[in-house]
Amino acid sequence: MSTRPLVASRAYLLVWLSLIVLTGMTITIAGMHLGRWSALAAVLIAGTKGTLVLLYFMHLKYEARLFRIALLVALVTMTVILLLTFADTAYRG
Amino acid sequence: MSTAAVDHRQPHADPLGARFGMWLFLFTEMLLFGGLFLLYAVYRSRFGEDFHYAASGLSLRTGAFNTLVLLTSSLTMVLAVGAAERGRERAARGLLSATIGLGLLFLLIKAGEWSAKIHHGLYPNSEELVAHAPGENIFYGLYYAMTGLHALHVVAGMIVLLAMMTVGARRRGESRGLRATRIETAGLYWHLVDVIWIFLFPLFYLIS
Repeated sequence: MSTRPLVASRAYLLVWLSLIVLTGMTITIAGMHLGRWSALAAVLIAGTKGTLVLLYFMHLKYEARLFRIALLVALVTMTVILLLTFADTAYRG
Repeated sequence: MSTAAVDHRQPHADPLGARFGMWLFLFTEMLLFGGLFLLYAVYRSRFGEDFHYAASGLSLRTGAFNTLVLLTSSLTMVLAVGAAERGRERAARGLLSATIGLGLLFLLIKAGEWSAKIHHGLYPNSEELVAHAPGENIFYGLYYAMTGLHALHVVAGMIVLLAMMTVGARRRGESRGLRATRIETAGLYWHLVDVIWIFLFPLFYLIS
């Protein structure tokens, strides 16, 4: 049986607070009308928020390495499939 | 004879395997939503202007508030796991209830938002949208499909959490670890639904 270390509730609260702050940031940046950059900023901030949830709330940081490798393989595979399909749509009638 | 005694009175438990199994399922969920994100990307690259214009019909305040609700539900969820790991059954149940309650609040706000849009004639192939640029109709089609599929996942998550308080509740004499693993795997699903919303929010509410 594998045991993970217990995480202090304060750590979870801190992660939640960061998520709220990042949400405020993404709304503020979207309101500044930065054109192309605002889409990039939105995706980067959403990626950061998602990573925080995965690492701390879903405990990936504390799991066996196997979990992170599996997620990486899944994400890379999905990205390849999505990018190839996206590129393919440019050549359709 | 092997010296490793197997106690057949205890149910077989494999917490790591249970969590990994849930992760494998979550990968399939990611692919499911990934397909819809791809659809969004393709149409946004074609109808960027229409998407920007159509998105101004959505209420940023409502979307932002719902984001806070769901993020907070993830906090109560992970605190429920923490309470179960420490054997605090009452606290765990209270936090699970809070998570279900926040999920319900999210759905109620979503329902209010949808009915307001439909009331204003903003639904796929409505007279209003057909009269506008084609990209606007597609934007609202994606909006309903993606937030709708997401809302179904919130409903499923609530049912799973409810099960953790009834049929999945801590059994007499059951080890703390078994109970915690059950809540944790349910929580993994709940958090993934939160992660998906984290990506949906900017795509629909922050592009006007």
